[in-house]
Amino acid sequence: MAIVVGGEGVGEARSTRKGLRYWLSSTNHKEIGTLYLAFSLSMFFVGGIFALAIRAELFQPGLQFFNPVLFNQFVTLHGMIMVFAAIMPAFVGFANWQLPLMLGAPDMAFPRLNNMSFWLLPPAAVLLVASLFVPGGAAAGGWTMYPPLSVQMGPGMDMLIFGVHLLGISSIAGAINIIATIFNMRAPGMTLMKMPIFAWTWLITAYLIVVVMPVLASVVTMLLFDRHFGTHFFNAAGGGDPVLFQHIFWYFGHPEVYILILPAFGIVSTVIPTFARKPLFGYRSMVAATIAIAFLSIWVWGHHMFTVGFPVGGQLFFMYATMLIAVPTGVKVFIWIATMWRGSMTFETPMLWAVGFIFVFLLGGITGIILACAAVDIQLQDTYYVVAHFHYVMVAGSLFALFAGAYYWLPKWTGHMCDETLGRWHFWLSMIFFNLTFFVQHFLGLAGMPRRIPDYPLQFTEFNMISSIGAFGFGLSQLLFIYVVVKCIRGGPVAGPKPWDGATGLEWTVPSPAPHHTFTKPPVVA
Amino acid sequence: MKPPAMAAAAQDGAERHDYAVEYFVPRPSMWPIRTGIVLLLLVAGASLWLNGGEPGPGLLAVALLLLALVLIGWFRDIVGEGNQGVYDAQVDRSFRWGMATFIFTEVMFFGGLFATLFYVREISIPDLAHGLSAELWPGFKGGWPATGPGIDTPLHPMSWRGAPALNTIILLASGVAITWAGAAARSGKRTQLIIALALTLALGVRFLVGQAGEYHHAFSDLGLTLGLGAYGATFFILTGFHGLHVTIGATMVAVVLARTLMRQVTPTSHFILDAVSWYWHFVGVVWLLLFVVVYLL
Repeated sequence: MAIVVGGEGVGEARSTRKGLRYWLSSTNHKEIGTLYLAFSLSMFFVGGIFALAIRAELFQPGLQFFNPVLFNQFVTLHGMIMVFAAIMPAFVGFANWQLPLMLGAPDMAFPRLNNMSFWLLPPAAVLLVASLFVPGGAAAGGWTMYPPLSVQMGPGMDMLIFGVHLLGISSIAGAINIIATIFNMRAPGMTLMKMPIFAWTWLITAYLIVVVMPVLASVVTMLLFDRHFGTHFFNAAGGGDPVLFQHIFWYFGHPEVYILILPAFGIVSTVIPTFARKPLFGYRSMVAATIAIAFLSIWVWGHHMFTVGFPVGGQLFFMYATMLIAVPTGVKVFIWIATMWRGSMTFETPMLWAVGFIFVFLLGGITGIILACAAVDIQLQDTYYVVAHFHYVMVAGSLFALFAGAYYWLPKWTGHMCDETLGRWHFWLSMIFFNLTFFVQHFLGLAGMPRRIPDYPLQFTEFNMISSIGAFGFGLSQLLFIYVVVKCIRGGPVAGPKPWDGATGLEWTVPSPAPHHTFTKPPVVA
Repeated sequence: MKPPAMAAAAQDGAERHDYAVEYFVPRPSMWPIRTGIVLLLLVAGASLWLNGGEPGPGLLAVALLLLALVLIGWFRDIVGEGNQGVYDAQVDRSFRWGMATFIFTEVMFFGGLFATLFYVREISIPDLAHGLSAELWPGFKGGWPATGPGIDTPLHPMSWRGAPALNTIILLASGVAITWAGAAARSGKRTQLIIALALTLALGVRFLVGQAGEYHHAFSDLGLTLGLGAYGATFFILTGFHGLHVTIGATMVAVVLARTLMRQVTPTSHFILDAVSWYWHFVGVVWLLLFVVVYLL
């Protein structure tokens, strides 16, 4: 594939001179991927600071550092930033770097739109963080923005709503780009069923994004109208209903957590075969299971609302539909284990993260099934049990998979091997401190400790102290990752085109670091 | 930005015969980040305006102007590249995937709004008039159209007769007109294409004029506002967002018409016409649904 670059010799001239304008105006999928990853890593630390502020306040009962309003603002911003500005952009960054390399394409289908998707993120992050400093402070109703609280709050809520709009446009544009790239830019001969599994998971994720993100846009727009233009969508006095917001929000919100986990499945399904030195066991089943999860995910939103007064029929429907998701998810776990079965296994850093992912993600999945049971959920709604559950799937699921992917592909991106010893330290410290932080929260939740409250009765003190110590340990361990990444970029053992002997895929046929333009000739896919 | 120079297409011309396909990768562009900055100004202005901040309306107006300039600049680059013929069949297919998926997201956006109408009519209003809620709001009868138990202002709902019915016919006719335009473009009948596009545009504008009249009627004769409970909110949000989309669609039709007059839409290169045609049919279908569930039922 010859690349026609619009401008005389632009492709070559650009790679020598990298000023500010160079990074601002890039249309190159690798550079935009790097921007995405750098942005999401920095927002991961911003969101992490909010998390540590929360854990510092909860170290002891009573109010030590923050008043309850500020505490709730931290809770809200922590959720918003981690979901929309850290994890989602990180996966888009992986898609940007890897999809063209994996599909044998010269770039994404819409390179300029790709850059716009990225450049909507910093403005959204600015809005979210700056909202802390406006009168009334940031939105304090949690990332779910439930009315009537969200109708009553100050300007910070408007900034949050507009931030969500920008983030929504960004991810919709990104998803459209990925869909067009996967359907239209694959190398000749690469049929859909020959596609790397990471591309499959992203294709399905992109479809989830275009299905649910516009719905989020519509519901926050209605929220804005309720706040400022006198409508009564979520106000019973005007014939509306606050529960309507919850329905529409969770129609988006539940698929959203699958948007955050399906690409993680893709990364783990790529890393495990490499280090087991066996092809993925049951590729077709993996594709089918991913489609099944995505399809089921848009029919289960009611399990977030078991306590709002559903009719029993509705509760049963959402309960069984939710439990059904365990079937394709179980298929995936069995596929990973069967891939490792009798494999010639080694445990380099990416593999440690991937295997660790299976272990902790499974715990999160099992507490998910427990919470799916309506009768149980009514007891556990809004307790720390729920907090523990979704951090097991978000942190131990999405984040651990992101680390697996980062350690796996950093040699391809930088041309250097990462520091294996430090990588392993990073893994083991994260694994231990993660469980220290969140495992005890199951007990707190079962004992009845509510979430989003800065104070608690004395009997919860020990577990909260353990959790806070774990959180600070986990946060500090992540600084190791920055050190490893910087070290890997600056030097280290030279990684050849294919640093992992068991790896398969087109990305390992190009040099490391991958040159500015790749696949100027279409690769042959048998 | 300077228009892209296509001389580079020849930079590896010697080896051209080796390549099965050539793919266009645009040169670096400042338009994406300009879009990001302008949108930040826009929402900052809107946040200030909504909360009574002093520079809000001014900032909002400046940002809207800048947004228009940015969009014009970005699309001028794209149109320039299109006219230079650098978009091959593969790029064309990418554009089609992109536009189709974008329209699908629009469908989902309206899906959220229609779901709201369904919910208030079938669930929240009946609930407020029956059972436990009825004890809270004893005078509320429910039914549809309704405002809500806490609103005393009498409701005069919109009639489907007159302008809405006429507008339905107008929009359906415009759908036929743009389909005719597509057929004319494919068979190279330029005069027919121009007439069909002008007709589509005229019908679209006539529709918007009709809607403006309807809004005037609603506000001044019937006292219907956004604040008038479930009916007022759902009526205005659905017709309002639809009207906005017709405005965008009509602008797009005007651009296609202009580009046709400049001989830039040809029997072989007419993605823009197809894209606008799909979009126009989308706003037509939304209106049809809206006419049935908002006006008729």
